[in-house]
Amino acid sequence: MNYKSSYFIITCLAFGFAFLYIPILSMVVFSFNASKLVTVWDSAHSPTLKWYYALLGNDEILDAAWISLKVAVINASGSVILGTLAGFGLARFSQFRGRFTLNAMTTAPLVMPEVITGLSLLLLFVALEQLIGWPAGRGITTMTIGHMTFSMAYVTVIVNSRLATFDTALEEAAMDLGARPLKVFFVITMPIIFPAILSGWLLAFTLSWDDLVISSFTSGPGSSTLPMVVFSKVRLGVSPEINVLATITITVVTLMIVGVSLWMARRAKLDKAAD
Amino acid sequence: MTTSGGAAVKSAPWKDPSARPYVQVDRVTKAFGDFKAVDDVSLKIYKGEIFCLLGASGCGKTTLLRMLGGFETPTSGKIFIDGEDMTGVPPYERPVNMMFQSYALFPHMNVEENVAFGLKQDRIPKAEIKERVATMLDLVKLGDFAKRKPHQLSGGQRQRVALARSLVKRPKLLLLDEPLGALDKKLREHTQFELISLQDKLGVTFVVVTHDQEEAMTLASRIGVMNHGEIVQAGTPSEIYEFPSSKFVADFVGSVNMFEGKLIEDEPEHVRIASDDMGGTIYVSHGISAPPEAIVWAAVRPEKIFMSTAQPAGTDNVVRGAVQDIAYLGDLSIYLVKLPTGKVVRVTQPNTSRHAEAITWDQQVYLSWDATSPVVVTR
Repeated sequence: MNYKSSYFIITCLAFGFAFLYIPILSMVVFSFNASKLVTVWDSAHSPTLKWYYALLGNDEILDAAWISLKVAVINASGSVILGTLAGFGLARFSQFRGRFTLNAMTTAPLVMPEVITGLSLLLLFVALEQLIGWPAGRGITTMTIGHMTFSMAYVTVIVNSRLATFDTALEEAAMDLGARPLKVFFVITMPIIFPAILSGWLLAFTLSWDDLVISSFTSGPGSSTLPMVVFSKVRLGVSPEINVLATITITVVTLMIVGVSLWMARRAKLDKAAD
Repeated sequence: MTTSGGAAVKSAPWKDPSARPYVQVDRVTKAFGDFKAVDDVSLKIYKGEIFCLLGASGCGKTTLLRMLGGFETPTSGKIFIDGEDMTGVPPYERPVNMMFQSYALFPHMNVEENVAFGLKQDRIPKAEIKERVATMLDLVKLGDFAKRKPHQLSGGQRQRVALARSLVKRPKLLLLDEPLGALDKKLREHTQFELISLQDKLGVTFVVVTHDQEEAMTLASRIGVMNHGEIVQAGTPSEIYEFPSSKFVADFVGSVNMFEGKLIEDEPEHVRIASDDMGGTIYVSHGISAPPEAIVWAAVRPEKIFMSTAQPAGTDNVVRGAVQDIAYLGDLSIYLVKLPTGKVVRVTQPNTSRHAEAITWDQQVYLSWDATSPVVVTR
C-alpha cells in the first residue's frame, strides 16, 4: 500500500495540526479585532492595530513583561553555568560510589510537582529571612533562585547527554599538548558542546518566561511576572491586549526557534562531515 | 613479510649494558578492579628507537601507552622518562606527545590552529609559532591545506595533521596509538615509510601501539609482544620472527606450523623430537634446555619448508602428504598439505618461474626442511 497518496494519512496530519494550531491562530486573528469583547468579531472596524497601541500604553503589562524578561535572562544564564558544571562533573568524574543516585537526584526536579517545589522554596526563604535576614522579603531575587532550581536540572540533563557522546580523546589531546584542565574546558570542551549549552539556555529562558506556579510562591509585592498578570487579568475576563501580547510573544519565540534551528542544522551538518 | 627492522637505529643500544635507557618502565602494574590490564611490566626503550607494542586487542598495550602519556596512573611500579620519575606528573607537564587513534583533531579549529595549539600553550612568540607550523605542515605535505577544517580532509590528510600536531612541539618521545589503523592498505604502506623517514630526520623516539604485525615488522627497531598484560617477548623484528620464545609469539607473529612432540634425543648440539602430530621425527641442529622426554613444540615457518614430488634423502624432517588447497597470490603461492595424521601444514613457495611444473590439488608431495629451520619452544 502506498501511504504517500493516502487520504487517510493526509487527514490524520491535518487533524493533528489543526488541533495544535487553531487555538493559537484564532488568538492571533482576534488580536486584530476592533471589538472590546474578545469573542465577538467586529467586522466593521477590523482588522485594526488599536490594541497594539493600547498595549504600549499599558504600564502594568509592560512592567510585568520587563520583570519576566529580567528573571528569564538571569535565570537562563545562571542555570546554564550551574547546569553545565553539574553536567560536566557527572559525565567526567570516573565511576564513583553514588554516581547513579546523584544522577537521579539532578533529574528529580524535572518530575517534582511544581507546587511542592514552590512551597518548599517559600518555606526556605521565610526561614532564611528569620535566621540570617536574607533574602529581605520576596521579589525578583527569590523568584530567579526559584526558577533556577528547576531550570538547572534541564540544562544538566542536556549537557550531560551531550558529553556522553563527546570523544574524551579531544580533551586528552589538548592536555597532552600542554593545556591545563581548566583551559581545556574553556578552549576545547565548551566550544564543541556549545550547541547543547545554547539549547539549555533557550529552554531555561522559556521555562522561566511562562512559569506561573513557582513565581506565585516566590514573588513579592511589585514583582509580578507576565504570566501572573495575565492569569489575574483573565480571571476578570480576557482583554484584547492579552491577545496582542500573546501574538507578539509567539512571533518572537518562532523567529528565535527558526533561527537557532537553522544554525544548529548547519553545525550538525559540519559535525557529521567531521566524523 | 618483511623480516628485518625498518627503523633507523644503526647501533643496538639494548645490547649495551652501559647504555642509559630513555624510557624505563619499572615493574608497572595497572589494575582496573580485579582485572590487571598491565601486569608487572618492565621495559627499557632507548633514544632514537621505534619501539612497537604488539598484541591483540585487550592485551594491555594501549593502557601501557596511556601510562607513558600520563592519562592513566600505574597501580604500582614507576615510569622514568629521561631519568625523571614520572609518578604524579600530569600529561601537560610531560616531555611527551601522543598521536591518538581517533586523531582527536579539534573540529572547531582549522589545520593551522590545530597544529599551533601546542605551541600556544607554551607562550611561544606569534612569529615563531607561525614559522614552526608552516615548516611542520610542509614536512607532512599539507602546506596547501592550512585553512581547511578537519572535516574537509581525507583520512590520510587527517592522520598527517595529527602527526604534525604531535611533532611540532619537538617532543623527545612520541607515543602513537594505532597510527595507521584508519588508513587503507596502500596508503598505510606508503605512510609507514614516511613515518620512518620522518623519525629518522627528527631523531624522535617513537613508541607505537599496533595490533598489525606487518606494521610492527616494518616500523620497529624492536617489538614488544604483549599478551594478557605481560610482555611475553621483546626483541628486533627478526629475533621475534626467527627465534620466538613461546608458542604464543611464534603463532602471533607470522604464520607457523606447530608440531607437538616428545624429546627423544637431547644432546648439547642437537635434539631429536618424535612427533605424533607430524608422524615422524624432527631433527634440530642446536641444543635446547628442557628436561629429557619433555613435551615440546617445534615451530616451522611456511616459507622454510621445501616441497617436492621426489622423495628427499634422509628420514628426519621429512613427511609425505596430499595437497589439499592452493592459494595463488601472484608473488607466491600458499599450499595447504594434509598429512596422514590429519594435520594440515602450510607451505609457501615463491613463484620464481612463470611455467613451473605445477603442483596441483590432491597430488602427493614430500615436505622437508633444514635442521636449522625449526624453533623449539617449551611453552
